[in-house]
Amino acid sequence: MTQTTARTSGPSVLMRLRAIATSFLARRILKALATIFIVVSLTFGLVRLMPGNPIETYTFELMSQYNMSYQEARDQAAALMDVNLDAPLYQQYFEYLGKLLKGDLGNSYRSKGTSVVSYIKQFLPWTVFSVGTSLLISFTLGVTLGMLMAYRRESWLDHILSTIASLASAIPNYLIAIMLIVVFGVQLKWFNVTKMRGSLSPGMTPGFTWEFFADAFYHAALPITVYVLTTVGTWMLSMKSSTVQTLEEDYVTVARARGLSDGRIMTSYVGRNASLPLFTQLAISIGFVVGGSILIEQMFVYQGIGQQLFKAINARDYAVMQGIFLVITISVVVANLIADLLYGVLDPRIRSGKE
Amino acid sequence: MKTLRLLMHNKVGFAGFLGVLFFLFLAFVAPLFIPLDTETRVDQIYQLPSAEHILGTDFQGRDIFSLIVHGGRDVMVVAFLTGLISTTIAVILGSLSALLGGWVDSLIMAVTDVWLAIPQLPLLAVVATMIKLDSVVLTAVVLAALAWPSLTRAIRSQVLSLRQREYVQAAQLLDLGNRHIISSELLPNMMSYIAINLVFAMTGAVYSQVLLVFLGLVTLSNNWGVIINLAWTRGAIFSSMAFMNILAPVLALALFQLSLVSFTRSLEEIFNPRLRTSV
Repeated sequence: MTQTTARTSGPSVLMRLRAIATSFLARRILKALATIFIVVSLTFGLVRLMPGNPIETYTFELMSQYNMSYQEARDQAAALMDVNLDAPLYQQYFEYLGKLLKGDLGNSYRSKGTSVVSYIKQFLPWTVFSVGTSLLISFTLGVTLGMLMAYRRESWLDHILSTIASLASAIPNYLIAIMLIVVFGVQLKWFNVTKMRGSLSPGMTPGFTWEFFADAFYHAALPITVYVLTTVGTWMLSMKSSTVQTLEEDYVTVARARGLSDGRIMTSYVGRNASLPLFTQLAISIGFVVGGSILIEQMFVYQGIGQQLFKAINARDYAVMQGIFLVITISVVVANLIADLLYGVLDPRIRSGKE
Repeated sequence: MKTLRLLMHNKVGFAGFLGVLFFLFLAFVAPLFIPLDTETRVDQIYQLPSAEHILGTDFQGRDIFSLIVHGGRDVMVVAFLTGLISTTIAVILGSLSALLGGWVDSLIMAVTDVWLAIPQLPLLAVVATMIKLDSVVLTAVVLAALAWPSLTRAIRSQVLSLRQREYVQAAQLLDLGNRHIISSELLPNMMSYIAINLVFAMTGAVYSQVLLVFLGLVTLSNNWGVIINLAWTRGAIFSSMAFMNILAPVLALALFQLSLVSFTRSLEEIFNPRLRTSV
């Protein structure tokens, strides 16, 4: 893009505004905000396009569960949900946006009096905990094994690890989850699937106690295993190719010529530089922490945000759905923003301050 | 003949190719000879594999092998259609975006940006409730509508780098028109890239499609996802008797995915002469 610099010696305010508008960071942030706004508006419309509405779905649930008549059930459902779904759509939309700006995500339609914010506060930590831990494990493991593979290129170790890595990343995560449960849980009885459900054992209170952490890890063990198994292969393969490239760089040869120890070269020369491109990938995957959990949580009955989203979709709980969608969108957009910025910070060659 | 030799050159890729062939045969030819077992036999529930039922029987006493044989077609057709549609969109939009630049590029990129920021899986779940996804074509269209943006970006960056090549610049200088440049200069040079992306789009489609069926959001008739869903809800997590019932479709899907992914290695070599090591 070519830019003509303003030659006018007019008020410098205009110039400064222009400088802000053209600055890389400001443009990126503006774009991120615009993306969030558009996605928020889209999801607002989208959830309302779904067949049925919160009152209707609850009415049918009441009818089938308690054998009520339609009118009775409908009255009770409408009484529970203190919402005006008959108001014009644009009015609902602006009301929603107005509240959103104040940080108010509204109340859940289904559980009266529970705000969506408190809902998210209750369930999001479990998803962040389980997926975050697995991301950490899988990244560290993948980077280490990937380097090992690059150093022992074409050895039997490399071949075995490459095969395992491509096997693991080719099979969908829910299939691995099913195999884990059916083979090791039901058939070999290595663990009790039903007992491991949920995010905590009944009666366990959160706190800084050994029991609490042990219990949290016990319940998250299966989801974490599945996440790690399905993502570690990708990290291994990218780290391997990145390391192979780095090993050919001149500065590595120079370091060797200088007689530096192999260990030193591996950690401070090769490892550091080879893992650079992976950090931007890591930033992007952090964005998918929340969005990627819906199915695995559903299968292991893990009480995180993904499972709640699935419930909210089935109950047509617009407020909760919008809230969770917002959290996911923000995490994706922010993660991409960080990845973009990291790109410039980590690798000076592509610093994109001015185009 | 030469293609075949190239195909066999990469062992992993060739194994993948054989795997894909095997599954195509299983899903399209085998059903002609093996009838679908729909009869409920209460006295033959969850039988172990035997000469009569080589994969055992399911929770209704039906022959699992016949279900597997008949359950692959929809999965593969949806996967192929999705891959085809999304790759076509991606190739057209991606190359237009890269070649025209300017506001066209900005617009297309802005749309993909927003599209990618919407969480895909939940979006899929929402869309699946709005449209009654009971036809193969409709399912493929919906999946493709979600899959094109990341592909478009990949194709765009590929075209951007190809555009710098001399032969493309020469064609542009000669003013041969965008249609000619795309179809005669760019596409032939991107074939390996496109073919591999097509296969990966197919694996992605298998993933999302089975997921939708598994969550109970799509109501296609008997297919691998449905078998898994039924086995799962009928208590495969409690009963060790249901082992074969759930494992058979899971393995079929996993092996099919694996074959597709391995097959890309051969594709890479066939289309990219530089990767060939002494044939």
